[in-house]
Amino acid sequence: MGDVKELLRLLGEIDDSLVSCMRCGMCQAVCPVYAETGLEAHVARGKIALLEGLSHEALKDPQAVMDRLDMCLLCGSCAAGCPSGVKVLDIFLKAKAFLAGYLGLPPAQKAILRGLLAHRKVFDSVLAVASKFQGLVTKPANEVIGSSCAVFSGVLGGRHFMPLAKTAFHKTAAAKGLAAAPGQPTVAFFYGCMVDRMYPRIGQAVMKVLTHHGAGAFVPDAQVCCGIPALSAGDLQTFEKLVKENIAVFADQPFDVLITPCATCTSTIKKIWPEMCDGLPGATRAAVKELAAKTMDISEFLVKKLGVTASATPSQEARTRVTVHDPCHLKKSLGVFAEPRAVIAANPGMEIVEMAAPDACCGCGGSFTLKHYDIAGRIGKRKRDDVVAAKASVVAAGCPACLLQISDMLSKSGDAVAVMHPVEIYAQALDDGRPGAGGKTP
Amino acid sequence: MTTHALIKDFQEALGKDNVLGAEADRYAYSYDSAVLEPAVPGVVVRPTDVAGLGKVVKMCNDAGMPLTVRGSGTNLSGGTIPKTGGVVVLTGALNTILEINTEDLYARVEPGVITAKFAAAVQAKGLFYPPDPGSQAVSTLGGNVAENAGGLRGLKYGVTKDYVMGVHFFDTDGELIKAGGRTVKCVTGLNLTGLMVGSEGTLGVLSEIFLKLVPPPAAAKSMMAIFDDVEAASQTVSAIIAAKIVPATLEFMDNFTIRAVEEFSHAGLPVDAKALLLIEVDGHPGMVAEDAAKVEELCRTHGAKRIQVAKDAAERNKVWEARRAALSALARVSPTTVLEDATVPRSQIPAMIKALDGIAAKYKLTIGTFGHAGDGNLHPTILTDKRNAEEWHRVEAAVDDIFDVALSLGGTLSGEHGIGLAKAKYLEKETTRGTILYSRRLKKALDPKGILNPGKIMGE
Ligand SMILES: Cc1cc2nc3c(=O)[nH]c(=O)nc-3n(C[C@H](O)[C@H](O)[C@H](O)COP(=O)(O)OP(=O)(O)OC[C@H]3O[C@@H](n4cnc5c(N)ncnc54)[C@H](O)[C@@H]3O)c2cc1C
Ligand code: SF4
Ligand code: SF4
Repeated sequence: MGDVKELLRLLGEIDDSLVSCMRCGMCQAVCPVYAETGLEAHVARGKIALLEGLSHEALKDPQAVMDRLDMCLLCGSCAAGCPSGVKVLDIFLKAKAFLAGYLGLPPAQKAILRGLLAHRKVFDSVLAVASKFQGLVTKPANEVIGSSCAVFSGVLGGRHFMPLAKTAFHKTAAAKGLAAAPGQPTVAFFYGCMVDRMYPRIGQAVMKVLTHHGAGAFVPDAQVCCGIPALSAGDLQTFEKLVKENIAVFADQPFDVLITPCATCTSTIKKIWPEMCDGLPGATRAAVKELAAKTMDISEFLVKKLGVTASATPSQEARTRVTVHDPCHLKKSLGVFAEPRAVIAANPGMEIVEMAAPDACCGCGGSFTLKHYDIAGRIGKRKRDDVVAAKASVVAAGCPACLLQISDMLSKSGDAVAVMHPVEIYAQALDDGRPGAGGKTP
Repeated sequence: MTTHALIKDFQEALGKDNVLGAEADRYAYSYDSAVLEPAVPGVVVRPTDVAGLGKVVKMCNDAGMPLTVRGSGTNLSGGTIPKTGGVVVLTGALNTILEINTEDLYARVEPGVITAKFAAAVQAKGLFYPPDPGSQAVSTLGGNVAENAGGLRGLKYGVTKDYVMGVHFFDTDGELIKAGGRTVKCVTGLNLTGLMVGSEGTLGVLSEIFLKLVPPPAAAKSMMAIFDDVEAASQTVSAIIAAKIVPATLEFMDNFTIRAVEEFSHAGLPVDAKALLLIEVDGHPGMVAEDAAKVEELCRTHGAKRIQVAKDAAERNKVWEARRAALSALARVSPTTVLEDATVPRSQIPAMIKALDGIAAKYKLTIGTFGHAGDGNLHPTILTDKRNAEEWHRVEAAVDDIFDVALSLGGTLSGEHGIGLAKAKYLEKETTRGTILYSRRLKKALDPKGILNPGKIMGE
């Protein structure tokens, strides 16, 4: 692109959203990044002011503005609490797309995003190789969590990585279509990259629960990334390519609901796809909107469509204490927080104990966590402290990105708390064949 | 001294991380919550201890560099918009609650402590810090003192100034000045505490604040009274006060605001009502019951169409959620929200509301009015779009008219939002030329080089 005027024109397009910020500063109260750095350029009000400065040519350095925009978890806390209803995330994502278009992506990111994410086959083969050799570079760190500690911590910044799965979910026997029992809905299962590569066990739990309830399932293995990693780096082109590929896979298929066990995928498909698809052909745009309307978080689906409820006969023996983390992309973006709790409580052996501030961000914002590992770590440490203070033996969250971040934080402090998805907890009750698992059994 | 040399000195004194020089970082301190043109500082510093704060003030004075202290930058009058090229001093890292003394009912804080965090810490110790500006989730106590911030509880509990027992501050030479302190009574020396409250960073830089705490009320009761007629609602306000009842909160909302709130939050407000009063009485349970009954009766006899008394905490919450949503709901109506703050003696509320209607019609503007009717502090809120130059002219003319009316009714330009840059030019209207000259002489004596937040309150 390289044309400043073109950039200014694009920024002018979001001018309307920019002026709706009245500079009240209330977003300072909720921004997890601002809580750590205390710098105005890192809070929504500051970033919006910088964009306005840029669009009025009061600021000369777009790269500096892009860097400030990157100081963001895209958690949406600011938008959820904004008195003026400023569409903060839309502004950030659009602005990043414009800026990245102008600045050109850094070569390394271009290679990863354009190469790995956009071309599913390359992505698969790279990860397949990586998962085979990871035993050489990692050693078991904490058995309860099952994460691995990198020997080369200098290289990996001290992150306690979850091992990549030996076999991706889509290659396992569980990832297959199911025919619906009479009267039961059929779902399309969008498992998401992290479930596929790091948490196939969540995908398996989803299939188990669907099977148990006689729901039908369409599990296409041609599905690709939801596109949010590309978009948050400002790579609109890759994002659009991914959306188009997914639409080709899912549009016109006979299913009632598209489910995902990943809060970030759900909120991306439901909220961000429709906002960011203006550059796509009309027919694709219509398909995007239709798919978005059919998309649901797995817990919400279990409760609303399959009638899963808290167990009416909780176990009389000592139950397992579970504390629940509310992913930003589930609670703040979609308003889903009661359903995951109901799904957990459907397991009669579980007792929910709330931690302080369950909806405080865990500090995992995709690439933010990689680029600003120290700040993400400080935010995550607060979450870890709240989890531990709840004295639970399990912490549950409906998003694999949160699970990864929380595992990392717990593992580093050596805490013996298991980290699970609500649907895994429910599936466990079905495994145990426990009497009284919530909901109607067909 | 050049900014460049000064930056080096700051870095030595405070550490590199606490000196921001990049354009993008500086630009983020060019504005606050006022609708005014931004001005970009030359450098931004963040002292991490009180000694560092003192050093910065002295260094600025030695270099003749204008200095603007900034808490959270939520003031509505341009108080933290710096001089272009000047220094912005952040208090965010001075955020320690130094002491909460439950025996002597006071607290000591650094200036960057967030108001709501402080109020919660006080509450956890079984005490009460009443000042509750709408911005309390983000505002700092230093900013509250420097603006003499008010809030919803002003009617019964007063405003920030009523809770400041003493302050420590730096003069332009970086000398620490101590005024007032831990005792309820203190007449040692001039009342410098009083001088600092509301001084908007023009006379000294606060480093420590002593705040009075009170026992919390044992009980509270809230109600909502619905009126067909604005006049009747405002007469009710006067009648409640005349009956010698002092509610903790007595808030007003006009029809436009009611409709905006209902549209926004679907709280079940009566959209056809011309006005609402939201009232809370608190204190000893017996007295609360008695006062609530009397208030209800007064509302009825003054023409309230309906009165809803909150039966439990959830209903009480609902009443106040509606009030808290007022500004948000209005802000969503249009891109630019001009929140005014003209205040009149409370008996003049009916006249003020009538005049606001006239001004809205005269300039063809949308004005939603809500606010602290009990203390005469209304917030007429003009909903506009600052990009529309022609309309913006009418907004400015309307603001002038609002001030003229408020003053003609014996009121004031600003009840709680401060003068800053936004209203400095109006100050003479309310006071006298002599008042401004006196203030300037005072400032000149205390700040001979004029480095402390120049241009604010009394102009230059
Ligand atoms: C949504 C919203 C609601 C509001 N509601 C109310 C309300 O109900 N009542 C009310 O009164 N105000 C209200 N305000 C205005 C504002 O929040 C208050 O004026 C508040 O006190 C400002 O605090 P701050 O920390 O943001 O101060 P800032 O805006 O950072 O600073 C305010 C002034 O104080 C000076 N200052 C700050 N710290 C120091 C220090 N350490 N030493 C010397 N000077 C200092 C600054 O130089 C500046 O002149 C509201 C604002 C918003 C945006
Ligand atoms: S809360 Fe909303 S309107 Fe207020 S400053 Fe933040 S983004 Fe702007
Ligand atoms: S999305 Fe989250 S991290 Fe980003 S500015 Fe908003 S509150 Fe802060």
